[in-house]
Amino acid sequence: MLRYVIRRILMLIGIIFVISIGSFFLIHLLPGNITAVIEGPGASPENQAKLYKLLGLNRPIYEQYFVWINNILHGNLGTSFISQTSVATTIGNALPIDLEMMFLSQILAFAAAIPMAMRSARKPDGIVDRFFSAGSFTMLSVPPFIVVILLVLFVTYKLGIPHTGPSSYVSLRADLIGNLESMALPAITLALGSFVIYFRVLRSDLIATLQEEFITMARSKGISQRRIMWRHAFRPSSVALLGAAGVNIGGLLAGGFVVQYLLNIPGLGYTLIASINTDDYLLVQGIVLVVSVGVVLINFIFDFIINIVDPRISRE
Amino acid sequence: MSNTFLELEELALVERPEKKKPLGPLFWICVGWIALNIFGAIFANVLPLQNPLFQDYGAINAGPSLHHLFGTDDIGRDIFSRIVFGSRVSITVGFGSMVIGFGIGAPLGMLAAFRRGRFDTIVTTFMYILLAFPAIIATIAVLSFWTPRSVFKIILVIGLASVPLVYRVIRTATLSVATKDYVVAAKVQGATDRRILMKELLPNIAPIGISFLLIGVATVIALEGTLAFLGLSVVVPTPSWGNMINESRTVLQQNPWLAIFPSLALCFFLLSLNFIGDRLRSHFDVTEVKL
Repeated sequence: MLRYVIRRILMLIGIIFVISIGSFFLIHLLPGNITAVIEGPGASPENQAKLYKLLGLNRPIYEQYFVWINNILHGNLGTSFISQTSVATTIGNALPIDLEMMFLSQILAFAAAIPMAMRSARKPDGIVDRFFSAGSFTMLSVPPFIVVILLVLFVTYKLGIPHTGPSSYVSLRADLIGNLESMALPAITLALGSFVIYFRVLRSDLIATLQEEFITMARSKGISQRRIMWRHAFRPSSVALLGAAGVNIGGLLAGGFVVQYLLNIPGLGYTLIASINTDDYLLVQGIVLVVSVGVVLINFIFDFIINIVDPRISRE
Repeated sequence: MSNTFLELEELALVERPEKKKPLGPLFWICVGWIALNIFGAIFANVLPLQNPLFQDYGAINAGPSLHHLFGTDDIGRDIFSRIVFGSRVSITVGFGSMVIGFGIGAPLGMLAAFRRGRFDTIVTTFMYILLAFPAIIATIAVLSFWTPRSVFKIILVIGLASVPLVYRVIRTATLSVATKDYVVAAKVQGATDRRILMKELLPNIAPIGISFLLIGVATVIALEGTLAFLGLSVVVPTPSWGNMINESRTVLQQNPWLAIFPSLALCFFLLSLNFIGDRLRSHFDVTEVKL
């Protein structure tokens, strides 16, 4: 176990190193002279030269990288050229909103997916299973941005609740109920997407697990259906579920931005899009770095949880 | 010697699954729908459609009618014609990037699984590191920095981002085939590597490859929609399904048709692709590769 964990941590460090190189070189993708892009078309050559030196662009590229990574390790992601605020502060304000959104959506998704998958797996190809499966398969083909539009159409025009429309974010500290109200639509949208994945994964794995011999054994001992499902089948099947959850939650951190953007929730995704639109390259770079590392960390944590649930994996 | 070969042949005969699940009529409806969409995308110029950029100020936000089948948008452009022309961008990006992804990822995956050894270790480690980098963030980051945007760049970026995923699926699929008796038999007979790869391995991993490709196309088309919302897809006024849905948001209340028709076009297309991919996979009874 210890050896496994050490190996995984070494791999994690390697991956984060590669990510940092990738993020660093992003800014070099900008066409033409970076200083002209940052200062705009009207910049004088003197100012451009000044900025060029200020950014340290006259030094060799590996030296630039080490200066950059050294700053980041000290918590300094740079200061935005556009808003003159520290990138780290901006990200620090936005990140908790993403975490809350993810937390709420995952609770909803698991609360729906686990009982429904169990119900489906009890009688595969039964009426209930067919209905759930067909429904989840259809949902698979509806991208989140369409879900958002449909939800907004439904809530504002059918239920007539103007409040839940775009641009009504209330912070958690200001007002708990108001915050939950403004988080409802984004959380539901993300929950729907996650639910489909969890349901499908858990259903097919439960069906396979229920055919194992130890389940037949438990049945012949007269253990109740409910107990077999929760105590005997769910634990082995939860490995697949956790695997899917790890990938999916990482994906949400990176993919929830459309939902945030459409519903004006000022999380990292929203900030990312805003910074793309204002050509705030340092902020884009900072968010890309933070989100990528976040995704890798989430995957790492889930690998670890899976190991606790099923210790055989680390012994391979 | 000849006996062993007879036995092998018998084994191969027995192993051939007899109880293939029929594809069913729904499968062929989906295939027909995809074919119709591709036909429309290719011949959009020749078909009797209205100009997708022509602004008819006599009919603004008009509902569906005989003249404008799906109605018009907020500046009087024909929605039906814009959907057909818009499918060009979505379909090109979807299939184009998968061609790049499979063009690089599939041969590498097959080779790595067939050769094993150091080549396999190096490529696989490299790909797994790339896989850890969230592809969607990478795509957005590169596209936002790499201006001016064009369909070609979008295809290239998404295609390259999909290579590690394709590599992993194809490598896993090949690994499960490469140890089969008939491959070993071919090796014993002295078949060249190229012959084994093309004649023994390729036909056997093609089904899962195709099914994964179709699901990949669906994913990429949804991704194009996402990019359109971020203003990172093709430049307006060129219609794409994502662009149209994005534009519809401001006039949702006056003209819901503008959101509904492109959304339906997108969802039906994705649903058909996913259904075909899923059905093909279960038809050829390939065990699910965990994604």
